[in-house]
Amino acid sequence: MSKVRTELMVCGGTGCHATGSIALIRALEEEIARQGLAGEVKVVETGCNGFCAVGPVMLVQPEGIFYQKIKVEDVPELVEEHFLKGRPVKRLFFKESISKEIIPNMDEIPFFAHQELRVMRNKGIIDPEIIDDYIARDGYFGTAKALTEMTPQQIIEEMKKSGLRGRGGAGFPTGMKWDFASKSRSDVKYVLCNADEGDPGAFMDRSILEADPHAVLEGMIIAARAINATKGYIYARTEYPLAIHRLEKAIEQAKDYGFLGEDILGSGFSFDIEIYQGAGAFVCGEETALMRSIEGKRGMPRPRPPFPAHKGLWEKPTILNNVETFANVAQIMLKGGDWYASIGTETSKGTKVFAISGDVNNIGLVEVPMGTPLRTLIYDVGGGIPDKKKFKAVQLGGPSGGCIPEEYLDTKVDYEEIAKVGAIMGSGGVIVMDESTCMVDMARFFMDFIQDESCGKCTPCREGTKRILELLEKICDGRGEAEDIDILEELSATIKEASLCGLGQTAPNPVLSTLRYFRHEYEAHIYDKKCPAKRCAALLKFEVNPDKCKKCGLCFKACPTDAITWKKKEVAVIDKEKCVQCLTCFSKCKFDAID
Amino acid sequence: MAKLTIQDLKKIKENASKDISLRQNKGKIKVTVHMGTCGIAAGAREVMSTLMDEIAEADRQDIRVVTSGCMGMCSSEPNVTVETEGTEPIVYQKVNANVMRQVFRRHILLGEVQSDFALAKM
Ligand SMILES: Cc1cc2nc3c(=O)[nH]c(=O)nc-3n(C[C@H](O)[C@H](O)[C@H](O)COP(=O)(O)O)c2cc1C
Repeated sequence: MSKVRTELMVCGGTGCHATGSIALIRALEEEIARQGLAGEVKVVETGCNGFCAVGPVMLVQPEGIFYQKIKVEDVPELVEEHFLKGRPVKRLFFKESISKEIIPNMDEIPFFAHQELRVMRNKGIIDPEIIDDYIARDGYFGTAKALTEMTPQQIIEEMKKSGLRGRGGAGFPTGMKWDFASKSRSDVKYVLCNADEGDPGAFMDRSILEADPHAVLEGMIIAARAINATKGYIYARTEYPLAIHRLEKAIEQAKDYGFLGEDILGSGFSFDIEIYQGAGAFVCGEETALMRSIEGKRGMPRPRPPFPAHKGLWEKPTILNNVETFANVAQIMLKGGDWYASIGTETSKGTKVFAISGDVNNIGLVEVPMGTPLRTLIYDVGGGIPDKKKFKAVQLGGPSGGCIPEEYLDTKVDYEEIAKVGAIMGSGGVIVMDESTCMVDMARFFMDFIQDESCGKCTPCREGTKRILELLEKICDGRGEAEDIDILEELSATIKEASLCGLGQTAPNPVLSTLRYFRHEYEAHIYDKKCPAKRCAALLKFEVNPDKCKKCGLCFKACPTDAITWKKKEVAVIDKEKCVQCLTCFSKCKFDAID
Repeated sequence: MAKLTIQDLKKIKENASKDISLRQNKGKIKVTVHMGTCGIAAGAREVMSTLMDEIAEADRQDIRVVTSGCMGMCSSEPNVTVETEGTEPIVYQKVNANVMRQVFRRHILLGEVQSDFALAKM
C-alpha cells in the first residue's frame, strides 16, 4: 500500500550524474526526511531524460513540473516550498533560450513537445533497475506474445511489415536480416547486440541502455526466437560503465523471473545473454570485426560474403543488430507491424533517436518521427544556435557521414532523402556547427579520428586516410597548393572504392561533402591563404583591426597569457611575443575585429 | 525464484502499475491540501496524513494529491479542494482529521458533496 503523493523523478543518466544528480538525490532524501515528508514524497532515479544541456534535471509527478540545473543548495527551499507547501520554485523552471519564456510543465517545453517517444517511452517513468517498473509499462508482454502465440515466421513477417530498418547506420531492413538467418541451418546460432557506439558525438545507445535495458533484452530474446538462436552477446564498450551496470542488473533480474534461461515462460524455448566488453575501438562496431573481437581475436574486419547470417560468430549463423533497433522490437510484437509503420515516410518508418550536440542551445537526446525536417530538429527541438551566431552546417552520421548546409535544412529525416544531399542518416549523431566553424578544419578533425581508428588491414584505408589527413593539415597550415583539391578528390574516390570495410568505404565522406558545399573555403585557404571562419591559426595575423574594434576590452579580459594590452576608449593591441595563438580572443570578440 | 507464467506476469503488472501510477498522470480526482504557513499552523499536515492513510486503505490509484499555497482565506484554514473530472471544484474549510475522513469516504469515494463543510462553489 503506497501513501506516496509526489514522486521526484531525478535523471540518473551519465550526463546528469556528471552534473551532480547523485549528490542531489542524497540531499533530497535527507531533506525530505528532515521535513517529515518521508513516505509521502519519494525520490526515484530514472534513466536519461534526454535534456542533458540543463542537467541535473528532475520531473515532479503527478504535476508534471520540470526543474533544471538543480544544485544541492536549492534542496531545502525546493522541499519546503514546493513539496511541503505546494509553491513551485520558479527560478529553477526551464527558460527558453531565445524567447526567454519560462515554462513550468515538461510537456510544454518545445524540446519535449516535438518528440514522439517509442524507443524512449519509458524514460523518466521507470527506474531502470527495477524490473517490475518495466513490467508495469507492458514490459515482457511482447516477449510473452512472441513466444507463446506466434511462430518464428510470424515474428519475421511482423518485423517486415513494420518496415523497421537497422538503426546502427546502414539502415538494412531488420525483418529481412532475420529471415536470412532463420533459413540458415545450424544447431547453434547467435544473436548479437551492437552497443559499441564509437561515433564522436553519439550517445543514443548509451542512453537507451541506461534508461531501459530490459527493452533491449526483449528485442534480443524475440530475435533469438525468430531465428532459433540459443545464445546472445551484447558487445558494449568498457567506457560505458553505467550502461553495463544496468544491463548486468537487468540480465540478472530477467534470469530470476525466467525471461532468460531454460524454457522461457513455459514456451519450451531457451536463450541466454552475456555482456562482452570491448575496448572502445571504432572499427569493432563493424560487424565482422565485432565478431572477431568476441572470439578473443584482434578486432579486424573480413570480406563479405560469407555474410554473418550464414557464417558469423564462430562461423555460425548470426544476426547483429543495433541497440535502438532491438529496443523497438517488443512493441512491434505487442502493437503490430502496421502500428509501427503508421508514422514515418515511404521508405523510413517509425521514429529515430538523435543525439544533438555542438553549437546548439538544447544539447541532448531526442526521438522524433521519421520525416521530421532537419530544421525542426535543430531549431524547435534543439532550440537554435546560441550567442546570436548564424547556422553554418550540420554533420549527420559522424565520421562516416556528411555535412548539410542551410539551403538543405528542409530535408526530411529519411534514409534516402539524407543520402541525396550527401550525408547519411548514420546512427543518430547530429553535430550542429555555427559560422565560426572552419569546414576544412572540421574535415581534418574527422580524418584525424578515422586514420587513428583505421585497423590497418587494407592498404587503401590505412595509407589513404593518412595521406588525406596530411593534405588537409597542409591546407590548414597555409601550405596548400593548387592541385591539392584534385588529389583529395582522387584519393577519396579510390579509398571509397577499394577499402575492405565500411570504415574505409565511408571515410572520405566528410571531405567530399565539405568539398561539395564549401569548396570556396578550401580555395580561400589554398589561394588567398585565408581561413574565412578564422579558425586556422597559421592563416591568421593576430592583429586587431582598429576600424572594427569597439574598444570594449572583452579580448583583453579573456586572454589567458596577458598578451593583450587595452585601456578604456583605446583599441586593443596583441603582443605577438606573448600570444600562444589559442584563439580565445577571436571567439570573445563580438565585432569580428581580430584578423 | 520459481519460473513465471504469463498469469504471474499479469499479476506483477497489476501490482507494479499501482506503484508507478503517479507517473502516468491518470488521476481522475485531484485533491489539493492548502499548505501555506497558515494552513500548516492550523493543522494541514495532520489532514494530509489522514488523507494519505485513507487513500492507501481504499487502494485507489486514480486520486492525485497535491499541495498548494495559501488561498488567502486564512481564517478558514485548513482548506482542502476536491476536483472530480467534469464537475466544479469544492473547497472545504476548517478541515481536521475527522472531516477529512468524512469528505474522503463520502465525497471522494461516493460522490456526495459534504455541503456542511464546503466553503463555496468556486
Ligand atoms: C567502422 C564501422 C563502425 C560501426 N559502428 C557501429 C556501432 O558503433 N554501432 C552499431 O550499431 N553499428 C555500427 N556499425 C554498423 C554495423 O556494422 C552493423 O551494420 C549494425 O550493427 C547492424 O545493426 P542494425 O541493422 O540494427 O543497424 C559500424 C559499421 C562500421 C563500418
